[in-house]
Amino acid sequence: MNVLTEVAVEKKLNPMTKESNIKMRGKDVTVHYGEKQALFAVNLDIPERQVTALIGPSGCGKSTFLRCLNRMNDTIDSARVGGNITLDGEDIYDPKIDVVELRARVGMVFQKPNPFPKSIYENVAYGPRIHGLTRNKAELDEVVESSLKKAALWSEVKDRLQESGTGLSGGQQQRLCIARAIAVSPEVILMDEPCSALDPIATAKVEELIDELRANYTIIIVTHSMQQAARVSQRTAMFHLGYLVEEGATDKMFTNPDDKRTQDYITGRFG
Amino acid sequence: MGEHTVASFDEELEHIDRLLRDMDELAAAMVAAAIRALLASDNAMAQRVVSDDTIMDARQRELDDSAITLIAKRQPMAQDLRAVVGAIRMAGDLERIGDLAKNIAKRVSAVGQSATPRNLSHGIDAMADLVLEQLRGVVEHYVSRNADALKELRAADERIDVKYTAVFRELLTYMMEDPRNITACTHLLFCAKNLERIGDHVTNIAENSYYVVTGKQLPADRPKLDETTMSAPAT
Repeated sequence: MNVLTEVAVEKKLNPMTKESNIKMRGKDVTVHYGEKQALFAVNLDIPERQVTALIGPSGCGKSTFLRCLNRMNDTIDSARVGGNITLDGEDIYDPKIDVVELRARVGMVFQKPNPFPKSIYENVAYGPRIHGLTRNKAELDEVVESSLKKAALWSEVKDRLQESGTGLSGGQQQRLCIARAIAVSPEVILMDEPCSALDPIATAKVEELIDELRANYTIIIVTHSMQQAARVSQRTAMFHLGYLVEEGATDKMFTNPDDKRTQDYITGRFG
Repeated sequence: MGEHTVASFDEELEHIDRLLRDMDELAAAMVAAAIRALLASDNAMAQRVVSDDTIMDARQRELDDSAITLIAKRQPMAQDLRAVVGAIRMAGDLERIGDLAKNIAKRVSAVGQSATPRNLSHGIDAMADLVLEQLRGVVEHYVSRNADALKELRAADERIDVKYTAVFRELLTYMMEDPRNITACTHLLFCAKNLERIGDHVTNIAENSYYVVTGKQLPADRPKLDETTMSAPAT
């Protein structure tokens, strides 16, 4: 094989790996709930427009870390957050930061679908309205429609927008919550076990949705399903007892992880 | 490596490892018997090798079924996933080794009919010893998860290739000396080629095993001696 062919083969085998900007960055993040320390000096970069999965056994700190990213822990009195978290290089715990605006930029979808007891339309329109994102009814209609379309729910609900959001099936409710999160044009979407209350078909729809949303949003998902983490994410971070054990490309994490604790956890060997 | 929370998961993985060991032992026994039959013109023994191949095929199907069922039931991850996929591939190589041994056994009667001097097959005997050493070692190293030994074993295939080149030249010389040797020598040449191919399958198994054990692929190119690459017959 001459040098030219070798270069050509090398190029074919290793197409340029796409570089990604860091959207959010956690540096030495610690969390205490009262006396109890829940998170120990976690350093984790969240790449832009990729799905990052946080995995680990119950109580490992993955949800705690997720909740730090849009300051949801502020709502718990005993919680104290240390270290530094940035969004586009900006410290989100800076006193000058408007938390309401932060949570519009960093949206959240919860474990159990929690639509407001209002119409489907109002569920999605609520955010843009209170944030003053639209000037008139026509614009609001447009935001509601595009958000429902992006959440892959539009075709199922377009004829009954005035019906109550709580009347939808579990999977539809969860996609409604995703539409609600998208409606305020967030940059980052946090998902805390978004499929744990859904059946396999609804789960598949949400996973498909996550894959589509990745083109425009940075997504961080906490999941107990190894297969789900392997399917939907590009990066995976493994937590254990409050420590970040290992972080890396999902493909590697699920075929050949470096840390024994990751290995034990993903192969079902945790004692 | 610790045990799974679900104990039957461990049992299923062990079952696959056991099948792999059985197939390896059977493959080695078939190759050894085929070569003994060839050297001693023992048609009965050759016949047993041919029928053993049916057992080999059945074992491979059983392993495939077990592996597919395990994947469907357990969705294995990391080293478990590598072990299951690796086992499927290794079983494929072992099955092929069985076929090649059978092919040697089928030539026993053809070689035996001619008045072949015993010394014609001396080189093949030595080559078979090398192949059997490799074949018996590879699954043993895999089961004991010995990555270094697997790497060395893979490199040792070189010795078989060198031996093959020597046997090739030797048989060619006999054919030139006396054309009446041609039939027997051609069959012996195929037997030598089969042994060389068995060595390659063992190399594949070693590479697969190494990946299962370490999660890393061995470099694609194995170091080769210049002399053999220049003068080796087409492989």
